[in-house]
Amino acid sequence: MSILEVTDLTVTFPGGVQAVRGVSYGVERGEVLGIVGESGSGKSVTSLAIMGLLPRGAQVSGSVKLHGRELLGMDEDEIVKVRGKSISMIFQDPLSAFTPVYTIGDQIAEAVRVHQKMAKDKAAKRAVELLDLVGIPNPNLRAKAFPHEFSGGMRQRAMIAMAIANDPDLLICDEPTTALDVTIQAQVLEVLKTAQQETGAGIVMITHDLGVIAGMADRVLVMYAGRPVEQGPVDDIYYRPRMPYTMGLLASIPRIDGEEGSLVPIEGNPPSPSALPPGCPFAPRCPMKVDMCDDEEPPLTPFGSGRHVACIRSHEIEHKGLTGADVFPVPVIPPSDVVRVPRAERATVLRLDDMIRHYPLMKGAVFKRRVGTVYAVDGISFDIAEGETLALVGESGCGKTTTLQQIMQLAPPQGGRVVVLGKDSAKLDKAARKALRRDLQIVFQDPMAALDPRMPVGDIIAEPLRAHGRKDVRARVSELLELVGLSPEHAERYPQQFSGGQRQRIGIARALALEPKLLVLDEPVSALDVSIQAGVINLLEELKNTLGLSYLFVAHDLAVVRHLADRVAVMYLGRIAEIGTVENVYDHPAHPYTQALLSAIPLPDPEMERTRKRILLEGDLPSPADPPSGCRFRTRCPKFARLSEAERQRCVDEEPSVARLGNAVDHGAACHYAEEIEVITASDDQEEK
Amino acid sequence: MRSKVVLRRLFRNPQARYGIIAFVLLVALAYIGPYFGSYEWTEKDFMAFLSPPDADHWWGTTSIGQDMYAITLRGMQKSIVIGVLVALIATGLAAVVGAFAGYFGGWLDRVLMWGVDLLLVLPSFLILAIVSPRLRDGSWIWFVVLLAAFTWMITSRVVRSMTISLREREYVQAAVYMGIPRWKIIFRHIVPNLSSLLIIDATLNVSGAVVGEAALSFFGFGIQPPDVSLGTLIAEGSRNATGYPWLFAFPAGMLVLLVLSVNLIGDGLRDALDPGSNS
Repeated sequence: MSILEVTDLTVTFPGGVQAVRGVSYGVERGEVLGIVGESGSGKSVTSLAIMGLLPRGAQVSGSVKLHGRELLGMDEDEIVKVRGKSISMIFQDPLSAFTPVYTIGDQIAEAVRVHQKMAKDKAAKRAVELLDLVGIPNPNLRAKAFPHEFSGGMRQRAMIAMAIANDPDLLICDEPTTALDVTIQAQVLEVLKTAQQETGAGIVMITHDLGVIAGMADRVLVMYAGRPVEQGPVDDIYYRPRMPYTMGLLASIPRIDGEEGSLVPIEGNPPSPSALPPGCPFAPRCPMKVDMCDDEEPPLTPFGSGRHVACIRSHEIEHKGLTGADVFPVPVIPPSDVVRVPRAERATVLRLDDMIRHYPLMKGAVFKRRVGTVYAVDGISFDIAEGETLALVGESGCGKTTTLQQIMQLAPPQGGRVVVLGKDSAKLDKAARKALRRDLQIVFQDPMAALDPRMPVGDIIAEPLRAHGRKDVRARVSELLELVGLSPEHAERYPQQFSGGQRQRIGIARALALEPKLLVLDEPVSALDVSIQAGVINLLEELKNTLGLSYLFVAHDLAVVRHLADRVAVMYLGRIAEIGTVENVYDHPAHPYTQALLSAIPLPDPEMERTRKRILLEGDLPSPADPPSGCRFRTRCPKFARLSEAERQRCVDEEPSVARLGNAVDHGAACHYAEEIEVITASDDQEEK
Repeated sequence: MRSKVVLRRLFRNPQARYGIIAFVLLVALAYIGPYFGSYEWTEKDFMAFLSPPDADHWWGTTSIGQDMYAITLRGMQKSIVIGVLVALIATGLAAVVGAFAGYFGGWLDRVLMWGVDLLLVLPSFLILAIVSPRLRDGSWIWFVVLLAAFTWMITSRVVRSMTISLREREYVQAAVYMGIPRWKIIFRHIVPNLSSLLIIDATLNVSGAVVGEAALSFFGFGIQPPDVSLGTLIAEGSRNATGYPWLFAFPAGMLVLLVLSVNLIGDGLRDALDPGSNS
């Protein structure tokens, strides 16, 4: 019998906005149900409705049964006994999920004591046990720490400990790893699996990351515009999707093991819940749309064994064996002329030589004194040739953003050199700096924050033009809007009238206004939904080829990087760990950190996820104010752990610099014991030796 | 583009439309109205002391026989100019000082904020007492400047702290990377994003200035008898408000209407500048 049975759940917010429109599913014991969907698809609201955590104004109807007991309409007194006891929830942001003024141990002990009669000291002991279970080192000591003393990954582990404190029957995880770095994400997912084995609970896993779902879930529910559109076993959904939205979603994700070529975008935007189209909500974006689609919304009907599909053409898809790439038009991106010239003969647009950026750590209110140094960027070198994309990847805190700011400021660096288009930033006067800014532009990560909310889009794009004294501003604005796939009439609207993807296009148009030669992209697609992301990536690729741009691309998503970049530099704690062409670095990573990073990325492929062995890193990123001596990675390095005492000494004493690897033309790693191994494609022979 | 869009939104907003119409009517009343009255503001009707409103004296008379209609309008001419100018100068000064201090930080911030603190700490009447003898014969502009000089400080502290948070926004960074001069960034990106605060502050300052001006005339400063302003009329009228209500009701009513119309314009302007509102 299933633990949780949700039938025809609907949620209506004041003003008649239907956020959830008829969701039904069941979760068995020990089963993981993945709920996927883009932002606004109603996946989080569904779980909040189950927990009874929605605001007062929301109207919930349908039925939610836990072990056959109806939860909807239950008294607050009653539901409090269920919450945290039978059902627990893990939230996305682990910092705001803990009270900052109590220790972690106390808060877990409290969760235990609320639902179980237990003495205080026993509860405290149980808290330590739980922390030990989720893999927190020195649990005795760490239980006495406050939430802010934990790193993001540790907090999420503690959150899991708290959620399983009362042996719940059901765990609801709402984007549990979205805020975390990939290596930490891999650790946390591992803990989640342990927690499930320990408690035998059913898990509802809500996320937008199809890779995470592929690795965790047994069954998948795909949501679109507040309704499930496809439901079934994970393999069926991933290998045999029968609803065009699912097909498009799977085809639009860039894959880390993927082929070159353009991605498959889904045109348009998800509909707003207050203005749904008359028939199938996906019809306006669907390439397989027929007139019948507009007549009525297709119900979720059984299809084969154990799966449900809401599409009138699903049998046709099955019959013809169509895939996302067949159905969705694949855009053709013109090839670049520049790449035909060998790299060595092309001009260098950006060169960094041993660049350094340190920040002083100050203490004291009145008399500030320096107590240390944050080694944010500690000597990095790379260059970008014309028409090339270099990706700078690494986890948060590795110095990517600092590097980028240092380049954009065009100010003399604290150490080393920054040379943009042959001009040394240390030798620029004011006029030359301004002139150089024409050729160096930036696209920011968050498309909402990067556009002045009080300015019409036309003014936003015209701003750089006017600043550099261009005359034909109006015509140029229209031209730019068309270039990025928007219409010139949009110039009089404000940024917030656009969706995330469109806003990012406006940001790109502004960056292109002055026809720059080098474009710096600071995580340009990480804030966008998958289906939108593909369109923006294609646009960037097309612009690069047609306008002959060079990109410096900063990202943490290695799959996007594989798709867009020619060369990649992996950063760790302010240093470059590995650099080379994308093929070399991804297929034969030589630095243990790159290997771990690549192996931590979840693939949207259930079969491979099941067979893959992960290289899990221990612990968190050390503080950049106090980096380890010698090789900075040695404290977490799986290779270091396997070395003999004599070999280790070299890692401790001597800092490795990027050395070219044996036979490769463009591939270097900063490791004394670099050794190329395959991490992604092979499945059996990649065990940790 | 922005000014065009904002103007269009402003005129599409019913609140702002009514506000503008009311304001224009009030100004017209103040400057054209006196031609229709049967008395000059300097005239005194010795046949009618403290007479209630009637067909001859539309709004009644004062204790020395002045026609309330004539002197209220005369006072309004002064008060509209003073109120609007003081509000614009004070809020403008607050925005500029606060935004520059917040955006540039460092020594400029420290110097400007010392100045602000100094002005806040020093009792304003002390300074006025020192300055006023020198300016007694000066024009009313001096008076406006002094009034404004004592009203902007608190707002500028608020503006400064808001600027510090705006300074880190990506669109401000983007403007820096485009090569736009700092002062332009302040006026183009920072001040418009503070407009909600500034507009509310300015509308409050209008009524504050009109009433505050009466308090200053106590120092023998500003509008001196026999000349009048709404502020002095209200101050005098309020003493006899219960017995001879027309002395108080007409100037106070005009002030309320004036402030109301300015408020409506302010609200409309705020909505026009704020893309978040759909009205």
